[in-house]
Amino acid sequence: MKERLIVIGNGMAGMRTVEEILKLDAEAYDITVFGAEPYGNYNRIMLSPVLAGDKTIDEIMINDEQWYVDNNITLYKGKTVVDIDRKERKVIIDDGSEHEYDRLLIATGSNPFIIPLPGHDLEGVIAFRDINDVDMMIDAAKGDGHAVVIGGGLLGLEAANGLMQQGMKVTVLHIVDTLMERQMDSVAGKMLRKSLEERGMEILMPASTKEIIGDGRVEKVILEDGREIDASIVVMAVGIRPNIELASKVGIHCERGIVVNDTMQTFDPRVYSVGECVQHRGETYGLVAPLFEMAKVCANHLVQHGIALYEGSVTSTKLKVTGIDLFSAGDFTGDENTEELVFQDASRGVYRKLVIEDNKVKGAVMYGDTIDGSWYFDLMRDETDITDFREKILFGQAHLGDSGHGDENRIEMMSDTTEICGCNGVSKGDIVNSININKLLTLEEVRAHTKASSSCGSCTGLVESVLAHTIGGDYSVAPHLKPLCACTEHTHDEVRNAIKNNELKSVHAAIDFLEWNTPDGCGKCRPALNYYVMCQYPDAQSDDSQSRFINERAHANIQKDATYSVIPRMWGGGTTPTELRAIADVADKYKVKTVHVTGGQRIGLYGLTKQELPEIWGDLNKAGLVSGHAYGKALRTVKTCVGKEWCRFGTQDSTQLGIDLEKMTWGSWTPHKYKMAASGCPRNCAEATIKDFGVVCVDSGYELHVGGNGGIKVRVTDLLTTVKTPEEVLEYGAAFMQIYREEAHYLERTAPWIERVGLAYVKEHVVDDEANRKALAERFHYSQSFAQDDPWEARAKGAEKHEFEPMKNINA
Amino acid sequence: MSEEWIEVGSLNDIPKLGARVVNAPEGDIAVFRTADDGVFALRDSCPHKGGPLSQGIVHGDRVSCPLHDWKIMLDSGTAVAPDEGCAASYPTKMEGDTIFLSLTANEGCPNKD
Repeated sequence: MKERLIVIGNGMAGMRTVEEILKLDAEAYDITVFGAEPYGNYNRIMLSPVLAGDKTIDEIMINDEQWYVDNNITLYKGKTVVDIDRKERKVIIDDGSEHEYDRLLIATGSNPFIIPLPGHDLEGVIAFRDINDVDMMIDAAKGDGHAVVIGGGLLGLEAANGLMQQGMKVTVLHIVDTLMERQMDSVAGKMLRKSLEERGMEILMPASTKEIIGDGRVEKVILEDGREIDASIVVMAVGIRPNIELASKVGIHCERGIVVNDTMQTFDPRVYSVGECVQHRGETYGLVAPLFEMAKVCANHLVQHGIALYEGSVTSTKLKVTGIDLFSAGDFTGDENTEELVFQDASRGVYRKLVIEDNKVKGAVMYGDTIDGSWYFDLMRDETDITDFREKILFGQAHLGDSGHGDENRIEMMSDTTEICGCNGVSKGDIVNSININKLLTLEEVRAHTKASSSCGSCTGLVESVLAHTIGGDYSVAPHLKPLCACTEHTHDEVRNAIKNNELKSVHAAIDFLEWNTPDGCGKCRPALNYYVMCQYPDAQSDDSQSRFINERAHANIQKDATYSVIPRMWGGGTTPTELRAIADVADKYKVKTVHVTGGQRIGLYGLTKQELPEIWGDLNKAGLVSGHAYGKALRTVKTCVGKEWCRFGTQDSTQLGIDLEKMTWGSWTPHKYKMAASGCPRNCAEATIKDFGVVCVDSGYELHVGGNGGIKVRVTDLLTTVKTPEEVLEYGAAFMQIYREEAHYLERTAPWIERVGLAYVKEHVVDDEANRKALAERFHYSQSFAQDDPWEARAKGAEKHEFEPMKNINA
Repeated sequence: MSEEWIEVGSLNDIPKLGARVVNAPEGDIAVFRTADDGVFALRDSCPHKGGPLSQGIVHGDRVSCPLHDWKIMLDSGTAVAPDEGCAASYPTKMEGDTIFLSLTANEGCPNKD
């Protein structure tokens, strides 16, 4: 018989856990859900837009009743669990019935805190917590009365805004003198106050309520200082308390919340708990993103995969009030060890404050223009050393060379037709519609449904902002918990470390050891694992061609019509009449449709069938031409100018330097494509300052530039250091490439990698530490001793025949 | 309905988690081999933009199209949700290690081009 799982609480956290369980193993449990509210599962954070009239109840339903039926889940709506018999493992319901469980999940959420003022129990005094509260508020608004909201925090202001939208006059009473003081500092708080007052909201603070009076129904609110305010409805929004009533009654250890460990297990090993009711490492959470993280971890343990850990969440907040953009994250108040970076433009209504400690972002508050919120959040989460761009950081990522979406910085202001994803032609309106219709809650879901951000990824920040803006995003992720892909809970770094520390020398060894939840991975993780294993154990001959993307399997670039391109290497951009004749002969012989000079100083032949490739390569090999690896996550080209041999401005022999760099590095596999250049003088004709590794020759030596690219987001390089000799250029070049090979995530180019770890980190390991530099270079050369075989030569001679020929031709 | 089975090769002709192409009169057919030696045949054309599925990465019971990463189920040829569409699937059978293919597509998928 299947094990029985009972879930107490039909809210977002509990049902997210159930969804995660179904995803991992739909057959794991017979699932029964008890919910006190008479509805399916709805998105509680969307109550504000419902109140404001921007959304309907139907639109915020996440799982309708059919969903429970479709997934064989027994749902008891409007039923309250009144007791748990932990010894007999059963729950007792308010109607007296009993239900047995093997595992129990408590997801009772939280209760609004009602201040026990005189008059708090009058009719018309309500909280802002569920659909019922919203219905009462909408009803009250029909009489055009005056609403008093007690509490100027996130929830209170959203309630006040909603009531105003419903046509009521609203007064907000706040006990301290800064609105949303848990999310904002006083400057941002003042800007927010001004903008809310301009909309007609009355805000009294500091204001402390003495009592609520009325004859059966609320009529007035009296303040401590004697002021009286008419009220036809009073909304108490002063905070929430984890709902631990049931758990503590049955003796499960609780403090402020139900205490759980990193696997979301309570002190009773058969009982798990997730959501706002739990206390984890001393913290309780009231935002949606941490709940999702918890749900994932909890499901992982309930289906007995047993590998995921919840390590707490760093959260960020946004206010769901139309037309007001504010964002905060982390520790934004600071202490004696922190510094503040502040940008303020009162007339534009823009304010940004970053709290910095040891050159790392600890917290952020933004008002007015919040597009860079997700970037600051990433810097905070990744603990990036910001030393090298701290003078620009307040101006946002656009000013770090991202020319992609620099001006588009207010989601609110964007029209629905604004294109967000240029690769797949997805507009803001498309994304918003899909989020609403398909009830999407995460970036992954938006990618799957709209394809936005699923190709080049440069619009990811924008898509996240649209998502946050649309669902009201307390959108966040726990630190270091971005799994490599859906097959695993492990991050890129965890996977790399496991491969290194446990001698995992093949893709399948890694999949088995790390207990992937799919038998043989997916198209995303297998190429990554293949690279990680090869990089760690260059001598293990582990390369698994079935784990490579077609381009690297066929050593040619697949084109949109399923033909391929052939691009031979031209060392440092140089060629000879013999090579050119050979290329021309091949182009004639195989009736090549397009001959094109590439951006990397070589010649590409396009429109060839796969079957022809080995023969063409054989012809090119005869003239001494080898694979240019123009198809791979590998060293591509080294672009050069003619340098001092010919150019009157040239200061060094940049051409020979380029050839030497290319001879040293060709054949190496890298996390993403890797391009180099060497310019003979600061005029920089070889465009070395938008390459992964660029050399600019100067009279006194060689400037080494790193982390640039001219791709999706143009990024200009950072200056790594200046050296005196070509030998040093080669040593630094090898060492930099190797640290990138060893530490970047698969499909992460040097530019985002450097932005993630910080240039200071790279300098420390490559420039300042000579022994480490030499060790890196040595590991690079060792790896190269296995990598520098021309893949074309072997295949022209018949290797991997199955890759290029059809299995059978039955046309005849 | 009587099937006309055509011998197309041996199991060992296809790498595990790989595919080979059979040139057929109506267009290429991709023949896949899964990790547990299951053999499946689909029209070698993704329902999205016609990408050659035979060139994709095979994982579990599906293949990822090399052009835009749609996932296609090997047994039915249908795209994994939320994508929609299908590639025609063809019956296969094994006799020992020999693979036989029928050129009569299974019912249920209009995308035979």
